[in-house]
Amino acid sequence: MKTDSNLEKVLEAGEFAVTSECGPPRGADPDVIRDKGELLKGVVDGVNITDCQTSVVRMSSFSSCLILKEMGFDPILQMVTRDRNRIAIQSDILGAAALGINNILCLSGDHQRFGDHPQAKNVYDIDSIQLIMTVKKMRDEGKFLNDEELTKAPRLFIGAAANPFADPFEIRALRLGKKVAAGVEFIQTQCIYNLKRFEEWMRQVVDMGLHEKVCILAGITPLKSVGMARYMKNLVPGMDVPDEIIERLKGVPKEKQSDEGIKICIETIRKLREMEGIRGVHIMAIEWEEKVREIAEGAGLLPRPTA
Amino acid sequence: MIVAEGKSIDEILEMVDKYDKILLIGCKGCVAVCAAGGEKEVQFLASAIRTARKRDGREIEIREVTLERQCDPEYVEQIRGYAGDYQAILSIACGVGVQYMAEHYRDIPAFPGLNTSFMGGALEQGVWSERCQGCGNCVLHLTGGICPITRCSKSLLNGPCGGSSNGKCEVNPEIECGWQLIIDRLKVLGEFESRFMEIFPIKDWSSSRDGGLRKMVREDMKQ
Repeated sequence: MKTDSNLEKVLEAGEFAVTSECGPPRGADPDVIRDKGELLKGVVDGVNITDCQTSVVRMSSFSSCLILKEMGFDPILQMVTRDRNRIAIQSDILGAAALGINNILCLSGDHQRFGDHPQAKNVYDIDSIQLIMTVKKMRDEGKFLNDEELTKAPRLFIGAAANPFADPFEIRALRLGKKVAAGVEFIQTQCIYNLKRFEEWMRQVVDMGLHEKVCILAGITPLKSVGMARYMKNLVPGMDVPDEIIERLKGVPKEKQSDEGIKICIETIRKLREMEGIRGVHIMAIEWEEKVREIAEGAGLLPRPTA
Repeated sequence: MIVAEGKSIDEILEMVDKYDKILLIGCKGCVAVCAAGGEKEVQFLASAIRTARKRDGREIEIREVTLERQCDPEYVEQIRGYAGDYQAILSIACGVGVQYMAEHYRDIPAFPGLNTSFMGGALEQGVWSERCQGCGNCVLHLTGGICPITRCSKSLLNGPCGGSSNGKCEVNPEIECGWQLIIDRLKVLGEFESRFMEIFPIKDWSSSRDGGLRKMVREDMKQ
């Protein structure tokens, strides 16, 4: 064990891991996080806290992590390189580790063009792969990026994202290979609706032997309705929602569509569990955290190993 | 070249509103090539300002000049003899030219008639596109001759983000994904295998604008 991360412990023990995510509020009310936390108690091994996802200003991932930490969770700090240069990044890494955060997810982040402040200047001093290298260097070498020694190394379990559905498809497994070479230890994928394409990607990943070097958690997001499915398909970059999913949701009455969405999730998780190289699931129930328990239960993932 | 475009006539009229005798100065360099600040544009703009001011019943005297370059003291000094006869300078060079005017003629206000946009080139008649950000440490030999810093909206150095779709960038479907272009070109050159998997180290941005005002001294050329 390189860290005190519960997620690392669960994965190390060979358990099929379950993580979820929590989107912080657009305000200073800590109870929003606490309420979401309540819904996830006993359901997950770790909780991601998004970092101004879609470039919309929200409570910081760092502070939301601390609120969840107080509740007994093992939070996963999402960090994007869009808003911070290497000085701020290294400083936040030290601060997070000092306050007992054990996991970090290294991301480049959505471009600010999508967000609520499209006039903003972005940073991108480093990219997501370089962020992985940064955390690893600080943790394993005890050094800053300038090679100066730091006084106490931050012990963070290092994660990153992978999107098998973005283009060009042929480099998606290779890019995961770069992240592995940079030192990533767990991966959470983009939400999977197109199982065929995901399987193809996983085949490449397994052929390259990457599944033995990194723990891959498959991303799952329940669809609430046909409308949401269409929105994800057409308006969210890098999202692949096949027509058969939309047809299936359309085939049930409107009031039953969310149940159908949960059913699809559970079926997907069952199929993913069978797939070689999948070490867990990452359930992102966007503003629908109350459903995570039902999904985990339905997929036979409860109870979770005790922390 | 430096690509620029004209400010709106309303914005320009507002800048020169309190003056009735101005120097309008174009540049025969980049901005003439991109049809924003050359001799022809000087004529058009002067006539537009005169017409507008005439309409308002406040005529304005404009002297039209187009210099060889506004980024070179030798040419900027060519107006020395008569600059003092005017209340303001309206420069339709790039931002460099406007500042050279301000530096050389400190007691005459200088106004920008253009918005300086980017370093780029023409794609076709009337269309220009950005190609370089002047980071001061060129990596084009490693990236198939396509600049990741300029052409990737996030300036990523290690491959496309998860927002690349059908060769387009997540920011705008009219923007090509810079990394798709790099990958395609590396393949043409037979360099994909060797280049793509190599992790691009964290970039030293101190040669970029981030290192403060940049200055270059060529000892071999100094007199």
